[in-house]
Amino acid sequence: MTFALTPERESHLAEILSRYPNRMAATIPVLHLCQEQNGWVSEEIMEWVAHRLGISAAHVKGVATFYTLFNKEPVGRHQVWVCRTLSCALNGADALLHHCEKRLGVHVGGTTKDGSVTLRTAECLAACGQAPMMQVDRDYHENLTLADVDTILDRLTRS
Amino acid sequence: MLRQTKYLSSRYNEPDGWSLSAYERDGGYKQAKRVLGGMTRDALIEDMKAANIRGRGGAGFAMGVKWSFMPWPPKPEKPHYLVINADEGEPGTFKDRTIMEKNPHSVVEGCIIGCYGIGAHTAYIYVRDELHLSKERLWGAINEAKAKGYLGKNPFGSDYAVEVFVHTGAGAYICGEETALLNSLEGKRGEPRLKPPFPAQAGAFGMPSTVNNLETIAIVPTALEMGGDAFSKLSELHNLKDGGSRLFGVSGHVNTPGVFEACVGLTLRELIYDLGGGVKGGKLLAVIPGGSSCPILRADDLVSAPNEKSPLFPWNGKSVLDVPLGVDTFRALGTMLGTCCAIVLSDQACPVLAMHNLMRFYRHESCGQCTPCREGSAWIFRIMDRIVAGQASIEELDRLSEIADNIMGNTICAFGEGTAMPALGFLKKFRREFEQYILTRGKSSPNRLTLPGHFAGAAE
Repeated sequence: MTFALTPERESHLAEILSRYPNRMAATIPVLHLCQEQNGWVSEEIMEWVAHRLGISAAHVKGVATFYTLFNKEPVGRHQVWVCRTLSCALNGADALLHHCEKRLGVHVGGTTKDGSVTLRTAECLAACGQAPMMQVDRDYHENLTLADVDTILDRLTRS
Repeated sequence: MLRQTKYLSSRYNEPDGWSLSAYERDGGYKQAKRVLGGMTRDALIEDMKAANIRGRGGAGFAMGVKWSFMPWPPKPEKPHYLVINADEGEPGTFKDRTIMEKNPHSVVEGCIIGCYGIGAHTAYIYVRDELHLSKERLWGAINEAKAKGYLGKNPFGSDYAVEVFVHTGAGAYICGEETALLNSLEGKRGEPRLKPPFPAQAGAFGMPSTVNNLETIAIVPTALEMGGDAFSKLSELHNLKDGGSRLFGVSGHVNTPGVFEACVGLTLRELIYDLGGGVKGGKLLAVIPGGSSCPILRADDLVSAPNEKSPLFPWNGKSVLDVPLGVDTFRALGTMLGTCCAIVLSDQACPVLAMHNLMRFYRHESCGQCTPCREGSAWIFRIMDRIVAGQASIEELDRLSEIADNIMGNTICAFGEGTAMPALGFLKKFRREFEQYILTRGKSSPNRLTLPGHFAGAAE
């Protein structure tokens, strides 16, 4: 196996393990740690996590494939999630999503040719009072207009 | 009656309102200190029972009673756990996030008191992964409290150790179901468990556990400071054992959507018109009272409760918009209070498309463990898809009801009901609109969710 965490993440892993009475409980946080470093969770990473936690690779794969936020294939440098659930849909989410597709030249689920942005939809992101909204990497952007979206996407495709 | 309060939200607009210094300036951590300083567990639980804090996550179970279910005394080989549910993801619900971002110390203090009340030394706050700022603020608060000696081996100089950790999911609505959450905390797929055993017998890591919603635990210091009975009496529904004040949210077609803190007993009319600034773009068509799993109410619905024993009797014949928002009052209306975060639909929006939107959500979020829910939610969505595409027949409306009926009661967890009940609600309240929609292939309806001209002026 060639995958390894950076030294800082290694020490973070040790701290994570100290929070729980057993090692299996660290599965999700450790998968996050790996994804943060690698961008997605490969089969190799699942095996690595299983090995480090002393649990089966099948278990780790079962977990990784259950949760939507673990990427099972490579994604763009930035990820954009447009919330499409009711409160956002009542406030323009469909038009906003369509606008993103046109602007980025990709369909939902796709990554721009230059690899800068992966566009996705999200189910309710708990920002209903600030609809419509989208999440860009770790940040929420709320009360969006189409002009706001242009500014945000331009910044992403340039970086 | 609308009576706004500021127990959780007093520092929401301050730039550093989430810091320890701001929290302590307003009397923060005094209650945790008092409890660990020698309050008996019995006295604490009695006070919490008197506070009548009904769980703020949707089920509305009495918090003090839930704490009292924990086995006592704790056995050394069976450590107890407090688990806080902050997997906020019920469509329409965005209240817990405000507490985590703007008043995280109330959660930490609530956890210290809660741990003492249930005999736990460890609390896990389960936050959905998308809420990065919330997690950051909670960890920040935990570290600040630890540095001050409020957490750790000897909080406030006592010998009652308390540790608080944040645990995150990875995108799965079902993990807001308490037993799915426990599985997720244990590093497993977030699939709900059969009950019994209930968490108080075998919860996190198989040990006795209490799972409380984040807002529920955050209001504990306030209730203790006021005294349980006084806190409960803030509520107009004190006599129904539905006490205190809580956060209300309103979103959708209102002019000033947001989260507002008020005494229990607020009505939907007050939430929509006085706090939410009134309906945007048209007249009120309908409102989903407390998150998408609660059956929808029409603006023209009237209360029918001729029986004196009904909690709704005082409002018999009146508009549903004038019934105080309470756990029992809304259950009696045939819907639920849920998370107290309402979604408002104006008459410019199409109820068929609203149901279509929500049924897509449920199909996406069903964990797939139980066949009636996995297949039923997908089947309902396929029919909704055909209705919207103008390809369905009227008979399929009965098929929808039949599928929903067959999900009810046939699944491990309440997600099944959470899908079926709003589906049945839409079909019952909007039967005529659905029939017309099918017959005219959508021409009878505004056939949109967004108000006309929502992005007017922008290059669409």
